[in-house]
Amino acid sequence: MINLDHALIVSFLLFGTGIAGVLLRRNAIVVFMSIELMLNAVNLALVTFSRLRGDLDAQVLCFFVMAVAAAEAAIGLGLVIALFRRHASIDLDRATLLRS
Amino acid sequence: MDFQPFPLILLFPLLGVLANALLGRRLSLRASGGLASLMVFFSFLAAGHGFLTLRDLEPAPGQAPRLVITLWEWIASGDLRVDFSLLLDPLSSAMALIVTGVGFLIHVYSIGYMAHDRDYPRFFAYLNLFMLAMLLLVLGDNFLVLFVGWEGVGLCSYLLIGFWYDRMFTATMSTAQAGQKAFGVNRIGDFGFLIALFLIFTHFHSLRFDTVFAAALHHPASAAVMTAIGLLLLVGAAGKSAQIPLFVWLPDAMAGPTPVSALIHAATMVTAGVYMVARSHVLYALAPVALAAVAWIGALTALLAATIATQQNDIKKVLAYSTVSQLGTMFLGLGSAAFGAGIFHVLTHAFFKALLFLGAGSVIHALHEEQDIRKMGGLRRQLPITFATFLVATLAIAGFPGLSGFFSKDEILAAAFQAQPLLWGMGVLTAGLTSYYMFRLLFLTFFGASRLAPEKAAHLHESPRVMTLPLVALALLSIAGGWLGLPPVLGSHWLGGFLGPVFADLHHLEGGAHGGHLGHATEWMLMGVSTLVALGGFAVAWLRFLKPAALGDLFATPASAWQRLLADKYRIDELYDALVVRPLGRLAGFLWRWIDELLIDGLVNFSGLAVRVGGEVLRLLQTGYVQTYAFFMVLGVIVLLLRLLA
Repeated sequence: MINLDHALIVSFLLFGTGIAGVLLRRNAIVVFMSIELMLNAVNLALVTFSRLRGDLDAQVLCFFVMAVAAAEAAIGLGLVIALFRRHASIDLDRATLLRS
Repeated sequence: MDFQPFPLILLFPLLGVLANALLGRRLSLRASGGLASLMVFFSFLAAGHGFLTLRDLEPAPGQAPRLVITLWEWIASGDLRVDFSLLLDPLSSAMALIVTGVGFLIHVYSIGYMAHDRDYPRFFAYLNLFMLAMLLLVLGDNFLVLFVGWEGVGLCSYLLIGFWYDRMFTATMSTAQAGQKAFGVNRIGDFGFLIALFLIFTHFHSLRFDTVFAAALHHPASAAVMTAIGLLLLVGAAGKSAQIPLFVWLPDAMAGPTPVSALIHAATMVTAGVYMVARSHVLYALAPVALAAVAWIGALTALLAATIATQQNDIKKVLAYSTVSQLGTMFLGLGSAAFGAGIFHVLTHAFFKALLFLGAGSVIHALHEEQDIRKMGGLRRQLPITFATFLVATLAIAGFPGLSGFFSKDEILAAAFQAQPLLWGMGVLTAGLTSYYMFRLLFLTFFGASRLAPEKAAHLHESPRVMTLPLVALALLSIAGGWLGLPPVLGSHWLGGFLGPVFADLHHLEGGAHGGHLGHATEWMLMGVSTLVALGGFAVAWLRFLKPAALGDLFATPASAWQRLLADKYRIDELYDALVVRPLGRLAGFLWRWIDELLIDGLVNFSGLAVRVGGEVLRLLQTGYVQTYAFFMVLGVIVLLLRLLA
């Protein structure tokens, strides 16, 4: 029997995968996708809690997260393109201008 | 109150300062000097007008006529209320006339003297500033305005003594150092003066002259406080007026151009102390110990400086020590409660000492900076006007009957005789020495065979008219100046009558202790002694320095130990150097190396270093990798979560 606890566990695993992706991968687009993964993990958690509590507030918040994620996707992809134009690469290890 | 024009006395020199300071570079020598002189002359006219107004006032009986103008409220803080206000009464009026009158003649003379100097606008700006400060000093209505002028003349003396800042004064001392010495020694005096002001304010709750003096008369503080105030004021006066132990700066003050020496020694600066003591006569009358200290300091200074002057060979140095000695005489008069006589001697001394310095300047000018009287001689033929005026001044300062110095000195000596015969004896001895060293100077400079270096003799010339005319004017004043104050047996004492009301508040205080007049016989006797002593000094100088054959031998004979001690000025400079200057220098060195450089600089540098090292360490965290930052963020979130859940 699948209950709400399983949904939360999935959400936790998704979020962990996202964090691992952000911290470990060097490809900017993969990092970016990992961030999306984390956002959706949060969405899943929100919907689950909404269901648990029996009110819709968290589901409303979920729509906000989607809207912000869409905006973030636009900006993030723009950044990746800018990065590519500058370095002819989207390897994050090479974008270390702050260091020198 | 209706309009009073006497603050104009201050305005004109101020205009002169501004004009010469701002536009001086574009003015010719004549325009610059002429403007400065004119401003002082206008100031003199304003002082004259003030004097006439004052004479026509009819004050309450027993009171001195006085005009007070409050220009603005200056300080209002709690108890302390000080206005920037000016006072014209007989004392300040007489001083203002002396300062502007003699100052004007010195300004005119300077136009000739500074003809070859490129920095004349700066010079005349300083001169006018000097006049301004001195006039502020004498016209102030409270101790604080007086103090502003007091500091002002100290500053100007520093600026003017070090006027030729790039020259050496002696082998070991630059003119700038001479200026610093004057300023430093004056600061010691000012320190005493300031503490006296604090004491006055804490006990009388005011700094206005009339309030303080009325309070002191009616609710006197304890004798100890009054004595302390008197002695501290004396410290200030000793600094400004070059008395023991602070006289060492004045002989070095001649590092400046000669007209400056004349201005410092005659019209301004050194008379400030005499004026201040005379102004504070009420405080001194209430503090007999302090008054006696004034007299003794004065008599000792007079004698000490006179003995030094007998062995000096620099024409200006003789005159410098003569000034110290004459100032001592003035203090002797003040200390004998003869305040009017002290001011009288300020007046006559201003005439003949300005004349002596300007005459010496004329000689130095003619000889192209030669100042050693052993290398002069016989100048009376080539410099007739300088010689004639110098002779008048010498007779006046030596106290020959009929000339100004005789009357004022005689009045002081008579007062000293009444106060304390021993002081009188010291004063008479000083007078004899004065006569001796002045005639020595006169004979060595103007009489006998010429001992000039040939190349200097070739260019010998009398000074231009712009320099000789002030000499002549001052010579006339040196002759006639004393007639303002004839002794009772000879006629009326006009100056005493004019100044009298200022000092009148003493009489009912003292019960006429010093007020009793001497008998005529005593007075004739005192005058006779003065005359004899003056003639004695003249005779000794005549015998020693007018026998032509003896002169060369005189310079050749080795000096006795006593003469060497005098020539070295009792080695007082060396003594101060060892006792004060060098220990202070060492203390300053200690503070500099250990406290300042090691401790304070160390603390500052350490904090800088700590920040730098901390930055170097923290810098390691800034890898530039986005993921490192993200890792720390995640770490932070985890820590926060644990903290919340725990």
